[in-house]
Amino acid sequence: MDFQLSDMHKMVRRTTREFAEEYIAPVAAESDQKSRLDPEVMEEMKRMKFFGASIPQEYGGAGLDTLGFVIATEEIGRIDASWSITFAVPASVCSYPIYLFGTEEQKRKFLPALSSGEKLGAFVLTEANAGSDAQSVQLSATKDGDEYILNGSKIFATNGGIAKTLLAVTTTGTVGRRKELTMFIVDTDTPGYSVGVREKKLGVRASNTSELVFQDVRVPEENILGKRGDGFKLTLAILDYGRILMAAQIVGLGQACLEKSVKYANERVQFGRPIGSFQGIQYKIADMATEIEASRLLTYKAAHLCDIGQDYGLIGSMAKLYASEATMRAAHQAVQIHGAYGLTKSYDVERYFRDAKMAEIYEGTSEIQRMVIGSSMLRKYQ
Amino acid sequence: MKIFVCVKQVPAVEKIKIDPKTNCLIRKGIPSMINPMDKNAIELAVQLKETHNAETIGLTMGPPQAEEVLRQALAMGIDEAYLLTDSKFAGADTLATSYTLSLAIKKILKQKKVEEDYLIICGNQAIDGETGQTGPELAEELGIPQITYVENFQLQGKKAIIERSFISEEVVVIETKLPLLLSVVRDLNDPKYPTMAGIVNAYHKEITHWNATDLSADKKKIGLPGSRIIVWNLFSPERKGELTLLEGTPEKISKELCDYLQKDKVL
Ligand SMILES: Cc1cc2nc3c(=O)[nH]c(=O)nc-3n(C[C@H](O)[C@H](O)[C@H](O)COP(=O)(O)OP(=O)(O)OC[C@H]3O[C@@H](n4cnc5c(N)ncnc54)[C@H](O)[C@@H]3O)c2cc1C
Repeated sequence: MDFQLSDMHKMVRRTTREFAEEYIAPVAAESDQKSRLDPEVMEEMKRMKFFGASIPQEYGGAGLDTLGFVIATEEIGRIDASWSITFAVPASVCSYPIYLFGTEEQKRKFLPALSSGEKLGAFVLTEANAGSDAQSVQLSATKDGDEYILNGSKIFATNGGIAKTLLAVTTTGTVGRRKELTMFIVDTDTPGYSVGVREKKLGVRASNTSELVFQDVRVPEENILGKRGDGFKLTLAILDYGRILMAAQIVGLGQACLEKSVKYANERVQFGRPIGSFQGIQYKIADMATEIEASRLLTYKAAHLCDIGQDYGLIGSMAKLYASEATMRAAHQAVQIHGAYGLTKSYDVERYFRDAKMAEIYEGTSEIQRMVIGSSMLRKYQ
Repeated sequence: MKIFVCVKQVPAVEKIKIDPKTNCLIRKGIPSMINPMDKNAIELAVQLKETHNAETIGLTMGPPQAEEVLRQALAMGIDEAYLLTDSKFAGADTLATSYTLSLAIKKILKQKKVEEDYLIICGNQAIDGETGQTGPELAEELGIPQITYVENFQLQGKKAIIERSFISEEVVVIETKLPLLLSVVRDLNDPKYPTMAGIVNAYHKEITHWNATDLSADKKKIGLPGSRIIVWNLFSPERKGELTLLEGTPEKISKELCDYLQKDKVL
């Protein structure tokens, strides 16, 4: 067993870190307050091919393996969770599924623009009545000749307001007592499509989270991903992959909490010495460091299993669950270590604390992860 | 056109450590990086590659681990890379280094059947030694013109137009033609980060390794035997006293400096 990263992975880390520190760090706080994505960062992220991280180069992507994608995501997440979600979500749950499950024509048609970031992607599953319960999707797709007509709405879509290509989960009727779900690739220039309200959020405020409205949106049948009725199966597979990248973002955020806490603990003097010299503070830092490292190992393991073609769903779920909760704890203690200053906009940990909460909800809540892991354990050891 | 870029691996630390026995830099266990100005050299080469359909070639002389800076050059868009590595090259000063680099360049030119249509780009100086000599000496070895402190470079057909400024505020514009060696400074351009695709590709490429025999090198001209500089002592200077930075035109600064020197009764 080898825990060494390859030289290539090290270069991915170094390059992404330097880029994020130079371009994103100086504007992260302002972007959060103004709920806006900095255009210069966007241009550079596109140029560096982050949006096509794990898409092969023949389709315009960077051709990284999943571990490389994870490391890049972690490093962006270490500086700004809004940016890690803005690029890693479309790259993992919109373009990568098209690569995995799409026809050759779909790949040629959609992947180059998604990979270069010329068109941003989004994966749209959640609806007012379908959150954790993906099966309850109500966005309907009705067949009409060689087209389908989409009616309904989606909510909480990451990049919703700025996306040009959507992967949308719809219902195409019922089979027996179950809803039949079908996934479509939707071009947002199609008539009848519009963006609804943009959410005002507690955390990841710079990231665009929007409602999407479909009124008689006509999508050609050739835009079905997989087959009609594959929607639920594909959704599960897509979320499995997405979770690895979600975990990577959160590991980065947790790492940021740790680093900022150590820095502050060394600087802040009370009772005549740096607060870092007190055991009470050191214990917090020890817990943070240990839990973040454990989260990272789970995440890298999931990525590695994926790269060698083995089942990674369960480990990915564990990684996402554990990293979310470890990072929430780390953010909580990071603010605690900063005292009153931690509640102010002058310190990054205030933003980290708000951003961390997203992790326990998005791409499967912690409760849902526990259901997945728990039921898998019960099957395995029965 | 062929464009050669010479790059160097340097220690990535603010304060260097010196081995008191050998008077050499301690490199072991110290993170290393590509010399900053070499990134400007690579950036220029990559830009010219796009505008002039040139082939770009990265070179470094160094220990096997110097391969990393060549990977970085490849990631930034350089087409192929050569590592000149041999224990016999160790201890080389700038003269022995430039001799070694010149052998490799001559060999590549011969292999690629190029006579005149080439450009060599070096960083003006490396942050470890700060001599600024390797580039100029390499040009001398090859018998081609050299221009140092290059701030702007344009290639129009066979004509090269260069801007350089050195100490004085005046910018000198030079017109010349290839072959040519440039040593460039940071003001030249803003080196771009490698793309993720560039990094992946960099690790799929082969790096050619050449040793002293491959280069048919004269044993007396490489490594320590080929060096004219013998290091007696090497140390990080202690920063003492107060620092005052003078700003403005050279005329204004020199006048202020004289005032200071007179006040302190140096003059
Ligand atoms: C920042 C952000 C970005 C998002 N981006 C996207 C996106 O790009 N695309 C997209 O489709 N969605 C997106 N979402 C939506 C997200 O995936 C959902 O919020 C999530 O799946 C949970 O759904 P819900 O909010 O409706 O909660 P609900 O499902 O209503 O859950 C409410 C609570 O009940 C719990 N619960 C539900 N069912 C059970 C159960 N069976 N047992 C125990 N507890 C249960 C949940 O864990 C939770 O605590 C985003 C959300 C956020 C916050």
